[in-house]
Amino acid sequence: MRLKRLIAGTILAGTLAGAALPAFADELFVPLFSYRTGPYAGSGIPIANGMHDYLTMLNERDGGINGVKIRIEECETGYDTQKGVECYEQVKGDGALVISPYSTGITLQVIPKASVDKIPVLSMAYGLSAAAEGNTFPWVFNPPDTYWDGASAIITDITRREGGAEAMKGKKIGYIFLDAGYGREAIPLLEQLSKDMGFELLQYPVPGKEMQNQASQWLNIRRDKPDYMVMWGWGAMNPTAVKEATKIRYPMDKFYGVWWSGGNDDAAAGGEAAKGYRTLNFHGVGADYPFIADIKKYVIDAGKSQVDPAKFADNLYNRGVYNSMLIVEGIRRAQELAGKTVIDATDMRVGLENLDITEERLKEMGMEGFALPMKLSCEDHSGHHKVYVVEWDGKDWQKSGDWFSPDVDMVKPLLKKAAEEYVASNAPWPERTEACAN
Amino acid sequence: MLYRESGQYKTSYISDQSIFPIREDRIGIAIIGLIALAIPFVASDFFLNAIMTPFLILALAAIGLNILTGYAGQLSLGTGAFMGVGAYSCYKLTTIFPDVNIIILVLLSGIFSAGIGVIFGLPSLRIKGLYLAVTTLAAQFFLEWCFIRIPWLYNYNSSGAIEVPERRGFGDIILTGPSASAMTQYFAVLGIVVVVTLAVKNIVRGRIGRQWMMIRDMDIAAELMGVRPLTAKLSAFAVSSYLCGVAGAMFIFFYLGAAEPSAFSITLSFQILFMVILGGLGSLVGSYFGAAFIWGLPIMLRAVLPAMGIDIGAETVFHIATMVVGALIIFFLIVEPHGLARLWSLGKEKLRVWPFPYG
Repeated sequence: MRLKRLIAGTILAGTLAGAALPAFADELFVPLFSYRTGPYAGSGIPIANGMHDYLTMLNERDGGINGVKIRIEECETGYDTQKGVECYEQVKGDGALVISPYSTGITLQVIPKASVDKIPVLSMAYGLSAAAEGNTFPWVFNPPDTYWDGASAIITDITRREGGAEAMKGKKIGYIFLDAGYGREAIPLLEQLSKDMGFELLQYPVPGKEMQNQASQWLNIRRDKPDYMVMWGWGAMNPTAVKEATKIRYPMDKFYGVWWSGGNDDAAAGGEAAKGYRTLNFHGVGADYPFIADIKKYVIDAGKSQVDPAKFADNLYNRGVYNSMLIVEGIRRAQELAGKTVIDATDMRVGLENLDITEERLKEMGMEGFALPMKLSCEDHSGHHKVYVVEWDGKDWQKSGDWFSPDVDMVKPLLKKAAEEYVASNAPWPERTEACAN
Repeated sequence: MLYRESGQYKTSYISDQSIFPIREDRIGIAIIGLIALAIPFVASDFFLNAIMTPFLILALAAIGLNILTGYAGQLSLGTGAFMGVGAYSCYKLTTIFPDVNIIILVLLSGIFSAGIGVIFGLPSLRIKGLYLAVTTLAAQFFLEWCFIRIPWLYNYNSSGAIEVPERRGFGDIILTGPSASAMTQYFAVLGIVVVVTLAVKNIVRGRIGRQWMMIRDMDIAAELMGVRPLTAKLSAFAVSSYLCGVAGAMFIFFYLGAAEPSAFSITLSFQILFMVILGGLGSLVGSYFGAAFIWGLPIMLRAVLPAMGIDIGAETVFHIATMVVGALIIFFLIVEPHGLARLWSLGKEKLRVWPFPYG
């Protein structure tokens, strides 16, 4: 009898404790979809650490944003769309301000849901390129650049090195990509460019399952001898590709990666031989910034981070920080516009749409030289900002050349067309009803 | 005491052959049915969307695999791909015939999957056991390749994913798409799953199901007694793939909302195989148990551990769930190869004589 009563008591206490738990205090709930497990963990861990640590630092140093604490919660997706949707359903009812899916597959899933549930999606430089069209996708943001900007920027850099568009005729450019929504995203633009400029585009898809075994793709590359290689890789695909490229002695300075192929571990897999490997970037590399010192002081030294000290402030970690900075600035702007400090997801959307990070603001945050000023608008949710190229020197990434702009005039009309196609194939797509506040 | 069948006499063939011959079982089923109908009115959207709907869908997929592996004894690793066939055919059907009720299309799309299943079931006439598992694995990889490489299947979408369009039915209720409410989708899934399960139950206990079981237990003996292996095995493949196809179509249309080919990878096949093994080979109720367990465990761990004050990272929960499922599979294979369903029937045996056990 006593045992039964004990069991009944425990169950009752458990239910009460469970029921009493979700208390909506004055807080800003920022869920982070992360993946510290699975084949993409190599890229996911530094990103998750960077995002988490910057927000923790603000909580520790400033007590949150304008006095309101940030509630940070990670949801493990394993880069799996199914788990990502589950995470989305979970945070949706919990007052999430903004969703950072960190996977193009998950982003594609949540885009139609977000406009119904009224939660903004911030897919920073990933996801659906056409989402830059704010009038079609009022709830989706992809600053500072879309994948199409990235592809255009790489071709722009190659054209510069070749000495003009004329020299591009007849060149062979290889495109090795993760055969998923992410890797395929850039193909329409590259195909368009190849038609316009007259270079030949060779495609080497790498299936997700076999990304650690790319011998056959690189065998083909050795046979085809492309003049340049462009990579859209993620997770375990990147280090494997870099290693295979060094194995077939592909000239590394002609091997370009998109920003997501620029992890320190990715390039380090090729070691000294990978010297010259180039990837795009849109934020500073290294630890030489005041805000990094603050993260070190308030988070790392206080033992509140999961980051391996040797990998602190590496390239993808910094990108995580940059992403968190965008979230925080969005919240700050939303607070300003809404005239209150505790905001909801609808305010957050307005905040992101009116995001305007000026030079002074960057200085204030200790990010001078780390990022360029950026501005979004109702029509343009990406901004098509400037990027630059970093080069692997065998040990770390070094800035190579100056910031430059992707071919915006070419990308923009294509984005508009792609957005129209999306609307057509997803009819009835809801019309934008949100007023424009800027 | 509560569960005693003494005094319940079966006086007609109909009552003797009913699915639930014991009155207590009928009461239990009625209660479960009532709970299933009442859940949407008390539970949150998250509970419906992320737990109940996928649980029901995966249970149907597990029943599909159970037909093939548990009843007919043909090991298959291609479940995920057969689900994919259902999903892609439903997507194609609804883009070609946008005005047809989506539930009819979901049920139709299983037929395509059944056809593909029969084709890949042909080798089962010659090869058995592990070798057959390898040929179904080939089906898995081949079909997955098709989902990636045949752009017609996803209407030449640049992302390579299929996105569920909004579809209305039964008056003007939104059934699919992002604006569909969790409750509608739950009821749609519940209706399909219950009806299909009842149909399957009747197939399984009839002539066809008995043929499957004969093939499973000893195929030569079955052949000598007049069972044609060709029809028996291929019908098992057809029914199994049909169920998987319907489950796959529902998985996309009523749960995920959009899908990349990777959603139907080998991981999904294994997930469903684990459900069948844990739940119980050759048992329909076991498929439900297995699906509830494999799908619910990680979600439960994620909710319960923090509520108990154990603060662990999101990825640790993930690791724990994987470890627990792995350990349990080994445990069940050793201790109770018939899975949770066997535990359930043992419990029923005990209840029948409780509180005066004998023997």
